[in-house]
Amino acid sequence: MSSGVAVDLENITIRFGDFTAVKDANVNINGGDFFSFLGPSGCGKTTILRAVSGFLDPSEGRVLIGGKDMAGIGPNKRPTALIFQNLALFPLMKVWENIAFSMEVAGASAGERRKRADELLDMIALGGQGDKLPSELSGGQKQRVAIARALCANPDVLLLDEPLSALDLKLRQHMRTELREIQKRVGITFIYITHDQGEALTMSDNVAVMKAGVIEQIDTGHHIYDDPSTPFVASFVGENNVFRGKVKSINGANAVISTNRSGDLLSRITPAQVGKMQVGDDAMMFIRPEALELAPTDAASETTITANVMNEEFEGNSFSVFLEGDGGKMIKMSVPNLGQDHISARGENLSLRYDASNAVAMPAGELASE
Amino acid sequence: MSSANLIRVALGAYLLIFFSYLLGPLVVMSLTAFNSASFPAVSPWACFSYEWFEVLFNDKHIRDGIYYSVVIGIGTVILSVSMGLAASIVLTQVWPKLRSTYYTMIIAPILIPGVVLGISTLVFWDRVGAFLGVSDGSLLHGLFHNGIFLTILGQSTFIASYTMLVFVARLQRFDTDLTEAALDLGATHTQAFRKVLLPFMRPAIASASVLAFLASFENYNTTTFTILEYKTLTTVLAQKVRLGINPSISSLAFIIIVLTIFAALAFEAANRNKDRKLAAAQGRGVTQKSGILPSFLTGNPAAVVLVLLAFMVIVMVGTAQRYSPEACKIAVREAKQIEIQKRIDALKETRRQKEDAKAAQQPSNAAPATPNNSSAFGNVFAPGNLSGDAPEQKVDEPEPQSGTGAFGNVFAPDNLSSD
Ligand SMILES: Nc1ncnc2c1ncn2[C@@H]1O[C@H](COP(=O)(O)OP(=O)(O)OP(=O)(O)O)[C@@H](O)[C@H]1O
Ligand SMILES: [Mg+2]
Repeated sequence: MSSGVAVDLENITIRFGDFTAVKDANVNINGGDFFSFLGPSGCGKTTILRAVSGFLDPSEGRVLIGGKDMAGIGPNKRPTALIFQNLALFPLMKVWENIAFSMEVAGASAGERRKRADELLDMIALGGQGDKLPSELSGGQKQRVAIARALCANPDVLLLDEPLSALDLKLRQHMRTELREIQKRVGITFIYITHDQGEALTMSDNVAVMKAGVIEQIDTGHHIYDDPSTPFVASFVGENNVFRGKVKSINGANAVISTNRSGDLLSRITPAQVGKMQVGDDAMMFIRPEALELAPTDAASETTITANVMNEEFEGNSFSVFLEGDGGKMIKMSVPNLGQDHISARGENLSLRYDASNAVAMPAGELASE
Repeated sequence: MSSANLIRVALGAYLLIFFSYLLGPLVVMSLTAFNSASFPAVSPWACFSYEWFEVLFNDKHIRDGIYYSVVIGIGTVILSVSMGLAASIVLTQVWPKLRSTYYTMIIAPILIPGVVLGISTLVFWDRVGAFLGVSDGSLLHGLFHNGIFLTILGQSTFIASYTMLVFVARLQRFDTDLTEAALDLGATHTQAFRKVLLPFMRPAIASASVLAFLASFENYNTTTFTILEYKTLTTVLAQKVRLGINPSISSLAFIIIVLTIFAALAFEAANRNKDRKLAAAQGRGVTQKSGILPSFLTGNPAAVVLVLLAFMVIVMVGTAQRYSPEACKIAVREAKQIEIQKRIDALKETRRQKEDAKAAQQPSNAAPATPNNSSAFGNVFAPGNLSGDAPEQKVDEPEPQSGTGAFGNVFAPDNLSSD
């Protein structure tokens, strides 16, 4: 098995006519990493992947694979293998012929191909199914065949374009762990595309969050979730309550935000923005639903918000409680299901509290639209 | 439920009318092939006979025509399938933006009358020859004025459009990701084409080939201008129709019909067989096995009909070797001759009476005239008659009598005078 090589995108800009699909992207992916691109539909994820695999050339910037500039090198000469969004298995070839296609075009004998295909079939737990046609396989099995076909080409970099999007939830979760295991076993670089944040966060060493062709943040899953550097990332990844306002005071890595409707609230400044915020700036502050809890007393402070319960939804392991704060501000709170009384039974004018370390403030910006 | 019954009856009647409209002419034509009468006719029925098949097989013009039609058909299939495939690939994969313009351009030849295509092919290649300055007698000059070459090109101009439509329909269901997947796995563009696109197109190539061959085989409008000194089946037939036809053409039609039915049934039988095997492979197959029929025939009506038809043809060819309509013909001839004799006698009688009457007035003038043949028994359609009427066309007229000899002369006008 070949070991993973690094992939670097240097100032990549990709235009289709007047339309800029990817703007000045800089990404450094370490060899052997599981790297994800996460972003809403149409933000340019597939476009970046196509530039890496060689189906299109960036209008500006360079793609380096293993430190080597890929300009002018066609897709069939690059050490990458792409798993397509729709898998693109060859429908008229048997499963084993599909898997060994890369060997066939390289001129390997049928015997060699069959042997290697059978090895890979065993690896993906489809031993003995090599003589079927792809149409005779289930969705998850096709998925695994597509992975085996890509691995058979011995790529240094495996590119996966939302390979799990067509699968149902159970199978998707199963395939996630399986993919991660395969990646650890073969040790090659995986570049994974998804608009499913759960997928990106659970599987990746690093995640790049994209918005309309621009890379907003590259970080580990944890940091993306806990320390979003822009309002877009904060609102796109996971759920968040957003409070708009102005910076009232700054104390090192903390700030007091004078919010439009919920009074003055204390928050941590997100690490990427520490030192970049000024008193009086427009700001946004985010608190996750699970970071809110009922305050033991009604004493108002810089980490409490008052609100009325509007609605409560049972989600199995938790309740989602929707509250209305001052001025009609909608707030969502998530309460673990520990058999306690319903919050809605607590009546009106509840006081909610949070830890300032669980709130992040940053300069105001565009949010991800739902 | 009387209204439902009414609808059913109406539908049945409609289908009956529709199919007799569709197939009636073919049935009648097939029947005439077996009537020994020298003009294609079902009634009066003379004798059951295979002689027109013999006439057909002995007709050099038709044999040559079929030969050149097949040669041109094969050439047209090769040319128009490759042109259509290339055009459809360009249309769907290379220039998706210019699609509608390009489509109109490619489809235009279908809308242009075949006559125009024929003439323009002729003129165009003559001009190309002139432009290239090819001299008389040189190889290229020969090529640009060769009927087969020109006919293949002329027919392909519009047949390629047909094949392209077939290919485009198929290609629209092709997932271009498959080509990219092949490239991504290290295939060259040629390999991606050969191993991925071409296998996908195979059924379309087969049907486009059949379509192209049939379109070429039956083409007349374009061919008649481009064929020059050669002959195809259609041009031979057209010429014959102009000069008066005999039932050998019906026998040709019969052969073509039988071959067509054969091909259709074979195709259907093969398809059903495949479906059945597939179903069986998936465990849904018919489990009970008929002990009498071979497995190929079970649950496959098309195959059964095919076998029956093949059997019928074998029987027919077999009887054709032995059966001789001579006895019947002699009987018919004798009947006819008696009839003729009667009429001639009657005519002679009336004439004599007239002459007697005349002689009574002018005794010196007495020359007996031969009776007018067409009024004698209405065989206006006999080929001999026609050539007599149009002597300038007589050159190409095959003499049907020469092939059969035995009986055909009955209708020839000369018979009368010799009687
Ligand atoms: N060949 C092309 N010509 C013109 N515009 C294109 C082309 N390919 C992509 N685009 C545009 O570029 C943008 C990014 O497309 P891309 O396919 O990369 O999105 P994506 O992030 O993969 O979305 P999804 O999650 O829906 O697959 C889209 O707005 C799309 O319309
Ligand atoms: Mg995409």
